[in-house]
Amino acid sequence: MEIVMSVAIGLLFMAAVYLMLSKSLIRIIIGTGLLSHGAHLLLLTMGGLGGTAPPVVADGVSVSDYADPLPQALILTAIVISFAVTSFFLVLAYRAYQELGTDNMELLRGTEDYE
Amino acid sequence: MSNLALFPIVIPLIFAAVLMLFPKNVSMQRIVAIAGVSATLVSALFLFSKVSTDGIQAVTLGSWPAPFGISMVSDMLSVLLVLSSTLVTLFVLFYSIPTIGVKREQSYYYPAVLFLMTGVNGAFTTGDIFNLFVFIEVLLMASYALIVHGGEKPQLRESIKYLLVNIISSALFVSAVAYLYSVTGTLNMADLAVKIPEIEAVGILTVIAVLFLVVFGFKAAIFPLYFWLPGSYFAPPMAILALFGALLTKVGVYAIMRTYTLFFTMNIGFTHELLAIIAILTILAGCIGALAYFDVKKIIIYNIIIAVGVILFGISQMNAAGVEGSIFYLVHDMLIKAALFLLVGILTVIFGTSDLRKMGGLIKSYPLFGWTFLIAAFGLAGIPPLSGFPGKLLIVQGGFEGTHFWGSLVILATSLLVLLSVVRIFIYAFWGEPAKIVTIDRKHYLSIFVPTAILVALTVVLGAGAELFMPFVSDAGEVLLNPSLYIDAVLKE
Repeated sequence: MEIVMSVAIGLLFMAAVYLMLSKSLIRIIIGTGLLSHGAHLLLLTMGGLGGTAPPVVADGVSVSDYADPLPQALILTAIVISFAVTSFFLVLAYRAYQELGTDNMELLRGTEDYE
Repeated sequence: MSNLALFPIVIPLIFAAVLMLFPKNVSMQRIVAIAGVSATLVSALFLFSKVSTDGIQAVTLGSWPAPFGISMVSDMLSVLLVLSSTLVTLFVLFYSIPTIGVKREQSYYYPAVLFLMTGVNGAFTTGDIFNLFVFIEVLLMASYALIVHGGEKPQLRESIKYLLVNIISSALFVSAVAYLYSVTGTLNMADLAVKIPEIEAVGILTVIAVLFLVVFGFKAAIFPLYFWLPGSYFAPPMAILALFGALLTKVGVYAIMRTYTLFFTMNIGFTHELLAIIAILTILAGCIGALAYFDVKKIIIYNIIIAVGVILFGISQMNAAGVEGSIFYLVHDMLIKAALFLLVGILTVIFGTSDLRKMGGLIKSYPLFGWTFLIAAFGLAGIPPLSGFPGKLLIVQGGFEGTHFWGSLVILATSLLVLLSVVRIFIYAFWGEPAKIVTIDRKHYLSIFVPTAILVALTVVLGAGAELFMPFVSDAGEVLLNPSLYIDAVLKE
């Protein structure tokens, strides 16, 4: 299972890098979304996917059966953060498009005196 | 166990939340913001006296025992940084009241500054690597708000790039944390320092250490990851730039300092060698930038990069002189960078441009400002007895005691280039034919000059009174060089 997850994470990172290298701002934002999804899945996989019992101490369940609760807590935090950052990025992109009249990164380079 | 370590994080958070309730009342905003930062400063001073008498203060949130709960650890290094960052924020606030403009003040400028402080102080205090990620995100979120604050065209264009770089480095941070967790099974820094020496797979840990160097290197702007910094920092107004230049990169530097002395010490021959080489390259790249531009903002921005290199070189030596020098230089750099940005801010106000070639002859009309600038410039380059000198001396000594004498030679040689880059501003702006200046009201001038001058005076005190500060710096250095002190304080609680 870990192998399958690793391949999926690799594919997500690959797609993210491809999208982030494009010129259109909206594709870049989707790329950052995929990148953080990949990182979150990696966090989950690295904690180990074994463990079937919920991480609550109960009779008759040995320690090795519990699912590791820490990566789940970490992912929850990371998802909330990346959600907030992505929504900020979308608003920023929209505002920048309104003000600057383009979403093409080639035209957003900025020169020495910035005009 | 005392909760004092949490106060410099919680106080600005509460004040920022309160400030968001009445954004339109500008005079109240100013008063409450300054009260908030002053209260933080007082709590930081209390924490400082507590740490210097009772040693390291560790708090475990919710009283969960140390490796399981999140620890907040205040040792001498972190409390020194909390203290100096709060001090810098206070002076930048005084400077921004007359310069930032009512429109920005009415759209949540002060809450954003206080949220930034929460993140910075939290990142300096935390003892958990994932919690460090969270606090870095808090300060980044505030910095996104500040960098685009006002919504001018260059700001919008540059903040897209700033945001993108930081999102990528955050994703790498999460990945690095994931790898570290899968190898060690813990994220508490003290517990990591116990577990990592027991692990035999040094190869994978070295990979993780380098990945963390990349992650923190993005924040700290080391070579070759500094590419985003000159453009992004150029866009926002000067008060925000001073805050960023003094605080943001320092968080990355602190994170490298902490991780590379506390637990990534399993393969010093590779990781710290790499750090030393990168530090020297960072200094050289910064020097090229600082000399290449005729724009006062750009010159000081590239000086941030040089300082990052100098500090990291001291850390990479892992001996008492190098580490103590780095700590001293870090504190010095926070104060002097803020002071210099505020000084060139006054220059741009007076001349109405940041282009050096359009400046000149200011020494006749503003003599006191001229000499203050010269003192700050000498302090940056490290001319004794000013504050850049003791730190740089120790770092250079550390390099000669270690194996990297060539690095020390580069630092000595580049000190001259640093001096040249800032004295060039002095020569162009204050000597020569008087250029056209914008007439500014005396009262307005004083309201921006006084906080700046006090900040410069503080750096002079730090340099001339270095003997007084050295005991604290060597305290901080001792904890970095003996991880067992840190581990005992956290795990024996």
